[in-house]
Amino acid sequence: MADDETFRAETRAWLEANCSPEMRTPMRSEKDACWGGRNFKFASDAQRQWLEAMAGRGWTVPDWPSEYGGGGLSPSETKILKEEMAAIGARVPLTSFGISMLGPALLKYGTEAQKQRFLPEIARGEIRWCQGYSEPGAGSDLAGLQTRAEDKGDHYLVNGQKVWTSYADEADWIFCLVRTSNESKHGGISFLLFDMESPGVSTRPIKLISGYSPFCETFFDNVKVPKDQLVHEENKGWTVAKYLLGHEREMISGMGLGGSAGSSLLSEALDVGDDPLLAADLARFDVDALAFQAMSEHFIDKLKAGEAHPAEPSLMKYAGTELNKRRHELLLRAGGSDALEWESERSREGKTARDWLRTKANSIEGGTSEIQLGIVAKHILQLPGA
Amino acid sequence: MLKLNDDQQMLLDTVRPFMADEGRIETQLRHWRDKGCPDGFGHGLWERFGQLGLSGILIPESAGGSGLGQVEANVVLEEIGRNLTPSPFLTTAVTAVRAIEGTPHAERWFPGIVEGKTVAAIALDEGPRHDPAGTAMEARRSGNGFTLNGSKQFVVHGRSADFFIVAARSGGSAGEREGITLFAVPRDAKGLELENVTLADSSKAARLDFDEVAVDADAVIGEVDGGWNLLRRALRAGRAGAASELVGIAAGAFAMTNDYLRERKQFGREIGSFQALQHRAAHLYSEIEIARAATLKAAQLIDEEHGDAERFTAVAKAKAGSVARLAVQEAVQMHGGIGMTDEHDVGFYMKRQAVMDELFGRPSFHARHLGKD
Ligand SMILES: Cc1cc2nc3c(=O)[nH]c(=O)nc-3n(C[C@H](O)[C@H](O)[C@H](O)COP(=O)(O)OP(=O)(O)OC[C@H]3O[C@@H](n4cnc5c(N)ncnc54)[C@H](O)[C@@H]3O)c2cc1C
Repeated sequence: MADDETFRAETRAWLEANCSPEMRTPMRSEKDACWGGRNFKFASDAQRQWLEAMAGRGWTVPDWPSEYGGGGLSPSETKILKEEMAAIGARVPLTSFGISMLGPALLKYGTEAQKQRFLPEIARGEIRWCQGYSEPGAGSDLAGLQTRAEDKGDHYLVNGQKVWTSYADEADWIFCLVRTSNESKHGGISFLLFDMESPGVSTRPIKLISGYSPFCETFFDNVKVPKDQLVHEENKGWTVAKYLLGHEREMISGMGLGGSAGSSLLSEALDVGDDPLLAADLARFDVDALAFQAMSEHFIDKLKAGEAHPAEPSLMKYAGTELNKRRHELLLRAGGSDALEWESERSREGKTARDWLRTKANSIEGGTSEIQLGIVAKHILQLPGA
Repeated sequence: MLKLNDDQQMLLDTVRPFMADEGRIETQLRHWRDKGCPDGFGHGLWERFGQLGLSGILIPESAGGSGLGQVEANVVLEEIGRNLTPSPFLTTAVTAVRAIEGTPHAERWFPGIVEGKTVAAIALDEGPRHDPAGTAMEARRSGNGFTLNGSKQFVVHGRSADFFIVAARSGGSAGEREGITLFAVPRDAKGLELENVTLADSSKAARLDFDEVAVDADAVIGEVDGGWNLLRRALRAGRAGAASELVGIAAGAFAMTNDYLRERKQFGREIGSFQALQHRAAHLYSEIEIARAATLKAAQLIDEEHGDAERFTAVAKAKAGSVARLAVQEAVQMHGGIGMTDEHDVGFYMKRQAVMDELFGRPSFHARHLGKD
């Protein structure tokens, strides 16, 4: 494929010229990520320039159509871009729920006006989104949600509460599941978009066991949402919600590849001293991690070719997050009592321990492992009664 | 018989409500953490341990203690684990007492321990991994005593300690059991620098730096170069005790989860009605029962001074450690989102488990050595 080779050469040269050395160092945590949004404070000029350069080519979302701010790349070009970025250790220029969750849903279910309005600002990192799905009484049973949206003619009036809303206190807009009818559980849900600055929206940060506060309780008190911010049809929000979840799970499954902890072999990267049983655990982990890498590549290629089973993101999410939890268990154990330190400078404020605790949420957020396994049993295996 | 006898059962019947009340998370662990207490525990509670005869549980009656054994100490520790009660009980009342009993140091320190006033800390580990035989800290003869040089870490309750039990090398080389000497070093020794370190579970452990710390010959505990046996005796008690605390951690996390399985509803039913969770809960329950039996076995063998005590102590520490790990992981997972929050108590179990897992040797250490180290 001569075209692909030309594309690879051009891409390599462009990345070489535009990705600064700082943006080729690994991110140490979620905090090093560029999230974008109205109030985002860039960590450095390099971070800002990298975002602008990539967004300028539509490469924050390489496979989205160019009329919506994307790069318009083919699946094989997208893969080449990823490979070339990985080869020089280039950071992801923009991390956002807009890219990994809302965008794909809008591309499929949004009106032309909605796509024009929302997608380019996602691609450029101008608006930061949060996800209003879970409620105190509706977690695994998401369709049991109670937040109400009343039809008031030209707008909806939203009342209720969400919980575990990641970064709600930093987000500009929310994509939110609301109940527009009580007649049917799944068939009474609608998918709304609204500004977090709308009157009546408030958030309360909740602290995680890692000591960080990345998520919130989110309250809606008579929030007015214009009707043109409904995605898909009224009472058909569940279809959009599920489609979006597939993308969310695909994104989360990427944790299996190492994320900020890096993808190097643990058995090579870690000094475990004189602990052969731990060394054996590391070796077993490496086998599973490399096998998962292959699965991940296979899954993405099937997905791009339209051959993946719609429930396959559940399999990937389950496998990837369980793997990531194991990785951090091993990192903690390899660190011994040094890794248990929580505040010292030496331990970088307890990075190993805090990251380890944070990963425990991986098999909960985006739908628990139990729910993913249930989906595989039901939709792929079609087991009786599942 | 491998079960608690009537007296031990009676002890449990008093300790359980005491710890569940005065040692509970809200008034101890969370309270002291949120206050930023530099000791990580309340001295008032330690004195209560004294009033109830718990801090002197292993100290002979002739010295004012309760004259009980490892099984009884473990009864207390399981309740400590269940409530995550921060206290110097394991380090001071169990490990340190076993290190100095029968030596002149006992006369000096036992009275304060019996009262729940004195705190002792074990200064053993020199790197991130437990490795007693690898002790390298230098103890150089000088004058009629010794000069200590080197550093120690993971010295639990170091900041609060009135004295340290320090393992150092007076002969041989790192890796050998011969040549280790134990010293009782007072907190205010000249040349001893202490850094108070906060751990993930908000407990405190110190890093110690010894720079030409001079101690008299009578600081030696037991025999010069022959500290290994005393250290073994102390560690055996400490490890069996830690195993029991881990069983308590597992049981506490499990109890909380078991309640939640009955309370929390999704899909119109209690989540405990889903068989996927029922089987895991039942499996975990079985594992906790097994770990508790192995731990009781170790404690009984220690009290009988049986030849298998060492091996069973290793089994107990390794088994209780891995079962407690499973318990805290299942507990957080089955709580869903709320289990990840600091407001909920279940996360504290996960943090405490990680620290106790490492203290006095992690499961892989004990599985490998099975009591030989
Ligand atoms: C760090 C973090 C970030 C998050 N971010 C967001 C966000 O941005 N937006 C958002 O909307 N939500 C978010 N969530 C919420 C997340 O999606 C929910 O926590 C999750 O769906 C589980 O719901 P729950 O917490 O109510 O647990 P529950 O549903 O109450 O589950 C409790 C336990 O029961 C199990 N269980 C439930 N039903 C079954 C069954 N049928 N069979 C077997 N087991 C079952 C679960 O697997 C779990 O182990 C986040 C969560 C976390 C931890």
